[in-house]
Amino acid sequence: MSNPTVTIDGRAVEFQPGQTILDIARSAGIFTIPTLCYMQGTNPTGSCRVCVVEVEGWRTLVTACSTAATPNMVIHTENPKVEAARKNIIELLLASGNHNCLICEANGECELQALAYRYQVATPIYANPPGAKYYYEDNNSMIVRDFSKCVMCGRCVRACNERQVNLAIQIGYRGHHNKIVGKCDYPYIDSDCVFCGSCVQACPVGALLDKNAIGQGRPWERRTVRTTCPYCGVGCQIDLHVKGGRIIKAMGARAIPNEGRLCVKGRFGLGFVDHPERLQTPMVKKNGRLQEATWDEALDLVASKLKEIKDQHGPKTIGGWCSARITNEENYVFQKFMRAVVGTNNVDHCARL
Amino acid sequence: MAGLAASFGSGAMTNSIAELEDSDCILVTGSNTTENHPVIAARIKRAVLYNNKTLIVIEPRRIDLVKHATLWLRQKPGTDIAVFNGMMHVILKENLHDAAYVAERTENFEALKETVAKYTPEYVEQISGVPAADIIKAARLFAQAGAASLVYCMGITQHTVGTDNVKTLANLAMLTGNVGLWGGGVNPLRGQNNVQGACDMGGLPNVFSGYQVVTDANNRKKMEEAWGVTGLPDYVGMTMTEMLPAIKKGDIKALYIVGENPVVSDADLNHAIKELKALDFLVVQDIFLTETAQLADVVLPAVTFAEKEGTFSNTERRVARVRQAIPPLAGARQDWQIVAEISKRLGYAMDYQKPEDIFEEIRKVTPSYAGITYKRLESAGIQWPCPTEDHPGTVFLHKDKFARGLGAFFAIEHKDPAEMPDVDYPLYLTTGRLLYHYHTGTMSRKAVGLVEKAPECMVEISDLDAAQYGIADGQQVRVKSRRGEITAKAQISPKAVPGTVFVPFHFAEAAANLLTIAALDPVSKIPEYKVCAVQIEKA
Amino acid sequence: MSGHCHGISVPPPEFTPEQWAKIDSIIECYKDVPGNLMPVLQAVQEAVGCLPPAVQDRIAQGLNVPGSDVFGVMSFYSMYTWRPKGKYVIRFCESPPCHVSGSDNLLEFMKAELGVPLNHTTKDKLFTLETTACLGVCEVAPAMQINEVVHGNLTKDKIRQILADYRAGKAPDYKTLPYSTNDFRSYKQSPAELVLLSNVGVIDPEKVDDYVAKGGYEALKKAVTTMTPEQVVEEVKTAGIRGRGGAGFPAGLKWSFTRPLDVPQKYVICNLDEGEPGTIKDRYIVEGDPHKVLEGMAIAGFAVGATKGFIYCRGEYYLCKHRLNTAIEQAKAKGYLGSNLFGTTFAFDIEVRSGFGCYICGEETALIESIEGKRGYPRAKPPFPGVEGLWRKPTIVNNVETLASVPAIIAKGGEWYKGLGTPDTTGTKIYQVIGHVKTPQIVEVPVGITLRELIDTYGGGMKNGKKFKMCQTGGASAGIVTAEALDVPIEFGAMSKVGGALGSGTMLVMDESVCAVDFARSVAVFFAHESCGQCTPCREGTVQLLRTLTRIWEGQGRPGDLEFLERLGQTMMDASFCPLGQTAPAPLFSLLKHFRPEFEDHVSGKCTHGVCRTT
Repeated sequence: MSNPTVTIDGRAVEFQPGQTILDIARSAGIFTIPTLCYMQGTNPTGSCRVCVVEVEGWRTLVTACSTAATPNMVIHTENPKVEAARKNIIELLLASGNHNCLICEANGECELQALAYRYQVATPIYANPPGAKYYYEDNNSMIVRDFSKCVMCGRCVRACNERQVNLAIQIGYRGHHNKIVGKCDYPYIDSDCVFCGSCVQACPVGALLDKNAIGQGRPWERRTVRTTCPYCGVGCQIDLHVKGGRIIKAMGARAIPNEGRLCVKGRFGLGFVDHPERLQTPMVKKNGRLQEATWDEALDLVASKLKEIKDQHGPKTIGGWCSARITNEENYVFQKFMRAVVGTNNVDHCARL
Repeated sequence: MAGLAASFGSGAMTNSIAELEDSDCILVTGSNTTENHPVIAARIKRAVLYNNKTLIVIEPRRIDLVKHATLWLRQKPGTDIAVFNGMMHVILKENLHDAAYVAERTENFEALKETVAKYTPEYVEQISGVPAADIIKAARLFAQAGAASLVYCMGITQHTVGTDNVKTLANLAMLTGNVGLWGGGVNPLRGQNNVQGACDMGGLPNVFSGYQVVTDANNRKKMEEAWGVTGLPDYVGMTMTEMLPAIKKGDIKALYIVGENPVVSDADLNHAIKELKALDFLVVQDIFLTETAQLADVVLPAVTFAEKEGTFSNTERRVARVRQAIPPLAGARQDWQIVAEISKRLGYAMDYQKPEDIFEEIRKVTPSYAGITYKRLESAGIQWPCPTEDHPGTVFLHKDKFARGLGAFFAIEHKDPAEMPDVDYPLYLTTGRLLYHYHTGTMSRKAVGLVEKAPECMVEISDLDAAQYGIADGQQVRVKSRRGEITAKAQISPKAVPGTVFVPFHFAEAAANLLTIAALDPVSKIPEYKVCAVQIEKA
Repeated sequence: MSGHCHGISVPPPEFTPEQWAKIDSIIECYKDVPGNLMPVLQAVQEAVGCLPPAVQDRIAQGLNVPGSDVFGVMSFYSMYTWRPKGKYVIRFCESPPCHVSGSDNLLEFMKAELGVPLNHTTKDKLFTLETTACLGVCEVAPAMQINEVVHGNLTKDKIRQILADYRAGKAPDYKTLPYSTNDFRSYKQSPAELVLLSNVGVIDPEKVDDYVAKGGYEALKKAVTTMTPEQVVEEVKTAGIRGRGGAGFPAGLKWSFTRPLDVPQKYVICNLDEGEPGTIKDRYIVEGDPHKVLEGMAIAGFAVGATKGFIYCRGEYYLCKHRLNTAIEQAKAKGYLGSNLFGTTFAFDIEVRSGFGCYICGEETALIESIEGKRGYPRAKPPFPGVEGLWRKPTIVNNVETLASVPAIIAKGGEWYKGLGTPDTTGTKIYQVIGHVKTPQIVEVPVGITLRELIDTYGGGMKNGKKFKMCQTGGASAGIVTAEALDVPIEFGAMSKVGGALGSGTMLVMDESVCAVDFARSVAVFFAHESCGQCTPCREGTVQLLRTLTRIWEGQGRPGDLEFLERLGQTMMDASFCPLGQTAPAPLFSLLKHFRPEFEDHVSGKCTHGVCRTT
């Protein structure tokens, strides 16, 4: 039996029962449906309504992200009715906050900005005046919350509850008073938040910010490097955003094993890399005190002392500790060195600690 | 990991992280997963909350996962074997075990059966304090689940009976036919980013890379040929925990320590510091002047992960790339280059141009890594064993056959921890990590946000114990063991089990390891960080 | 409700150990009850007055619910409070029916009498003054509720007297009152036979024997002992009864989708979240004859294969909740509910759950979410509740009036029922005629009566001899009709043809003194207050509607405003998540259709009725 089909913009497309209109369209290479609140890997809520499409015979427009297709649906992803609704929705979102892109961190990667651009929607005259008051939270050193930019898409809530399962934030209040809340509507720092920062990564606009990245570089000025987190054994894949030889921020890569997740250490714990206390020169103990030395001096000393002890007491009296924090290559070289050059099997690392 | 190697023939996590979401029953023990492996905890919580799976937590502390658990068993510290033997007793009594699996794929079953016979739920209740009914419930939940996964961490291994603990878990997994299938397995979570890799690469006293034992002449010959040397040592070397006491005896004269901080991380620190000071020569290679580096004769500045190329191997045996994001700090050098420089000075030239050259050599001499190349790692990590370049890697181990052939049951009896509470030291002490810090804090305590959330050491204590010792929340307390004492803030917490205090070991100024005991597991040589006896008083 | 819970200047109250013990015992009592968050929050608030952060924490831990969920739920429903309030909480109704009855002036008067602004507590801690979107007592508009007790037909003198009584400690106990508002038997009755309200005002609603004496529970007995579930479904199908909540979906058809599903657990939910402004009928049924609803539910349960029922009652209907709980207890004791009913294997149990100040929870999927202990966010449909409802199990949700019709349908047969009413809408219907009529009341008659008849015969004609201007039909979200529609039968079909609706059967009659803009704004106030906020068009749209209408109402209208309202309304209708947002602009559209010049006058700065603040 062949798969059921739907017609999208005049094109017949096969689908698997249970697939949403958005899934079907995207897997058929139809990318005309915009999204905002939709977030891969979490349950679609259909709340922003930006992805509405027209299905023939349906009374209202339907959200592509949350509507399961039924056989023989005739779907229009772009027509005047659909576009009018989308434009108006974008307009309403622009009106709901202070969406000024000038110094917004999200400028260049903001999904609302992209939508406004695509549909050519300017900030409407009925928007909240620039002086309107919004909740602004800047009382911890990791995350800044600026609700003048929040579009209530709920992606942060789903990142927290479904992706990371930290259950620290929810949508609170009702109607246009809606606001993202932690327990008792406390600031993050006093709530159950564990600062994994998944909410920041999920935010499509500039409402949730990595505090250390503010003002540090525009998206187009940054380079990203995918690497592996230096903390626990999960081996999360991280995209490091780098500008001018500095790490600006870390984002969870959508890759195995973490699928976009990170924890507080991987996201906000990389400050040690450019910490002023980093060792920048070898040191050698002279008269009971460590003093700066040249590399040659230090290396020569190590070599000669190891040789001396090996010659005097035998290689068995020398031990080497490699590390769970250096790479495979380095561990390999180290154990090779201990075994083949020093001549001992006294090699170990902190696996037990 | 010696326990798993003995039972199965391989010491690594049998299954993959992603499988946890599909596991019908996850049993977590000795792992505070949400704090130590938050991203794995997310998978476990997803399994429970969104996939409707069963979670059993066996853990003295009321860790965060308990909130999500179908069943929580709160055993007395150091009584894990009894609890699991009790579960196996119930499983056998109720005939819930996978008899076909046991018959086909394992050996020594009779010995196990005989041993667990006396571990009735009632008997286990006496030892562990876990109600008999809960042991029965746990046994049924675990045995009746489709695919059941065991997840554990240092709470299982850091005991004098650590190896036996692991073997006991292996017994349970085999008894219920849960090794070698999707969503099952015995899954030790590795604590540090490249513990797995350090082990894989032969950073152990008994094996070359790929767990090729040094006592095997063929292995030595292979390495001698690959490395162009002769006479590789043929004896099993000393572990870290053996090297330290050997210093005093004059058996160890020099140590070359890379990226480790034993002055904070080792058990019974006062001893460890004394011993390190007694060395003739100590070299420390690190990124900061750690507490250990301060004792060194030579300190060599290395670079961080962000400044280097290479690979890490994660807890699920996945080899993934480390890529250089920023230029190395001026004055610091790559770890491998430093080692190569010393090697050259000792007359052995290592002419690698880049880490990939080293990796190519690793592939040649390490069968489980043979099929992995940097090119293949470009898009995603690969799980070993990966013997050939067209092999996709191995998602879970022991599929149709254990690495050692038949899985081995071990008959294991409960033994008390080396040090039990008594009149003078009436409380158990257990140690571990906090979400916001990592190991000895060398890295994490340099990150502003992490320090803000967890600025200092604390002593987690139950409200009952706090009341008994007249301690208020936030008050400074002194914790004393037979080996040392520390002072830190008391934190009255619902996590704590009455009769036990918990101290994280990240903080050099209140180093938990001043208190811990250097009693080792006889096989793995892991110290008993998780249990010792202490007293507590207002400071 | 905005503002930070922790940022409130009023310090949280210090609770005594006894109060904490009480809180803990409530938590303990509900610990293993599914969907326990709402009942616990309600019980704790009732016990200690408010839910400050420390209490929220205790509940979160005790129920093993995330603290953010506790706050998310709490802050969604208007009646929860984390701040201590006065001994008496005054909820002043500002619904459209109360608004057209002059509630605005009375509210100002009340503020002056109490000497506090809105949402404040008097210095003596006696009164807290709040407004509410609708109390569901529109026949006595303008109205307010003080704690559980309704005070209607308010005048300045009456307010003064009520306050004096409360100050003197003379606060009535709601449980001792016969009805929340009026005695149904005091209304003008139709000559036709009563099906729904036959017992109301005749029997003692707190005595099951009274109900049984009137033939109560005979239909249930007949169904479970002599019929198959399929036959029951067929009978209801034959009766052709269309859902009385407002949407008019045939009840039998709804049941027939759920009946064949082979799953171990199904549910019946009775929707008593009577929040549609102007709608008051269900309250009369439940206050006067609660067992009829229980019986209807049990029959429904038998028909679809459910063993558990929930009645979701709006928070303000205290007397309903009391009567229902009493009735359930008595029915259980008599063996009309519970297991092995009438010696069969059929078992059915009913639990009352309470809303807590939220209109959207009348929408069936939002209601289900609320019972599950969540924010009342409507779910996407399909799947419909009949297939995937409460706790994802098949669930039929029916209105009180629908379920109350069921015993008679089973007792007398579907054919008999079908013979009443019109072919489009069978059976009898409880109509509510409110607003500018002499005698606002409810009346049960066979469907088909005209608006004129309703106003003249049962409403006693227009109040003060004024001229009829318009009528909002079926509820706040429905269309407005003018005199042209006076002779149209009030049924689903005919009404929708003239731009009105049967809806819940409420008819808000307005005379010529009502300004269309002022009324449109009053409706907009309601929807802006009651939008759940889940979707953009409704969350932002209702506010923009209100802001724009308010500007026009204040004489600050701009050219293009009406076009903007129309464009916005179209988007809300096309793209909103649920019927609330889709229909919120409907009254405005219909007012614009009939009275556009009035709007245009306002935009150019004048209110011809002199009621708006255009000066």
